[in-house]
Amino acid sequence: MSTVSDAWDYLTTAESWTGANGIFGTNFDGSLRFQRDSIIALTLEHLWMSFAAVTIAAAIALPLGLWLGHLGRGGGVATVISNVSRAMPTLALLTLFAASAIGFGNRAVIIAAAIFAFPPILTNAYTGMSGVDRDVREAAFGQGMTRWQVALRVELPLAVPLLAAGMRTSTTQTVATVPLAALVAGGGLGVIINTGLATQRYGQVLAGGLLVAALCLGIDALMARLERRATPAPLRNRATAAA
Amino acid sequence: MTLYGRGVDNPWLSLDYLRRSGDEVWEHLVIHASLTVQALAIAIAVAFPLAVLARRVPRLAGPILGTAGVLYTVPSLALFALLAPYTGIGRTTVLIGLVIYALLVLVRNMIVGLEGVDPDVVDAARGQGYSRTRLLLTVELPNALPSIVAGLRIAAVTTVALVTVGVVVGYGGLGQLMFRGLQSNYHAQIMTATLLCLALALVMDLAIVLLARWAMPWARSGRRARGRRAAA
Repeated sequence: MSTVSDAWDYLTTAESWTGANGIFGTNFDGSLRFQRDSIIALTLEHLWMSFAAVTIAAAIALPLGLWLGHLGRGGGVATVISNVSRAMPTLALLTLFAASAIGFGNRAVIIAAAIFAFPPILTNAYTGMSGVDRDVREAAFGQGMTRWQVALRVELPLAVPLLAAGMRTSTTQTVATVPLAALVAGGGLGVIINTGLATQRYGQVLAGGLLVAALCLGIDALMARLERRATPAPLRNRATAAA
Repeated sequence: MTLYGRGVDNPWLSLDYLRRSGDEVWEHLVIHASLTVQALAIAIAVAFPLAVLARRVPRLAGPILGTAGVLYTVPSLALFALLAPYTGIGRTTVLIGLVIYALLVLVRNMIVGLEGVDPDVVDAARGQGYSRTRLLLTVELPNALPSIVAGLRIAAVTTVALVTVGVVVGYGGLGQLMFRGLQSNYHAQIMTATLLCLALALVMDLAIVLLARWAMPWARSGRRARGRRAAA
């Protein structure tokens, strides 16, 4: 009855994947929710929460970073934000939100994850826009392009490699942060680990760890691919993340 | 704040909490700090030989950085979950996890630092008959120090934050207080632990900067140490 064989049993039992009650259930108010006993449902919930967090973060950080980068101002602010976010424990933000009016569950997790997804997108957008060769910008202005045209048609395309790198860093990091949701009664694959630890089923803990690790490495590989595809061939060697 | 725990006043900041539970807070702060320092010390001791090896045998640089990168991508919760069945619940598991995470940043910055040493300087030392070890310790290492310090600062700040995830195996330092505060809806406990975490990260960072200034008297006037921050 070793841990490894327990983990193997857990992973090879059909019911741990499909759950006893299907993938979706309903809340008391009739809204749809993911079941917490099925690997498939938890994976979908995990991806949905990560997607929501990155989308929220990108919706704010991308325009802001592009705008600040175009102006070439506020670089110090971007650095401070990313440094503070590194020092801020994810668990602290999660517990603070869960204990506040935001409440337990997925909403608190999505907001917290979005806050941590914010800095890499912001700094990369900023660096990408502000790092455009000054001569290129001058030439564009000299040709009579307006400020908007320079920003959208000259700077933005040149900033794409860094934007893609920022999205990759941010997405991978978010998928890695969401497992902590289980500690504040949220969903996602962390639930398997947390339940396993609480019930001392270490086989399940190991299986959960493997699933989470596999998901993160898979998403990172996928994002690396997308990043490469978004980067024009001549720029590929120069594209390195700034965060 | 309009949120009150069942009609009882539940402030986010309270001196009363510190007065009553000061000992407990201090105890967790000490655990948190000692865990961080210990993890960093072990990580440096492991990372340095790896970086030197990667530099001497360039073929190994890819695999070493690749493995460290994969380990770094695995989320902390999953890593603790993979370790817990074997190393048990408690300090050892958290410590191993912390070392693994600090490793990537340290190894990468050490390699970058060692590679950035001026080849002419190395040549001059070799011409003077320095042995390989002496060259490494007295010429290359001091020259790579700014980059290493930059990596150490990042590693220290991340490690302080990461300790809190140790709650899943019952050993999270200040994270333990956050988690208990959440379970009992005790706002002051969560906020105090959070602020102490941030303060600890700041103090660690400052300590490293001061230590680096002391260790690198030649870099004090210049701004070299700043510009060398390799990507995290």
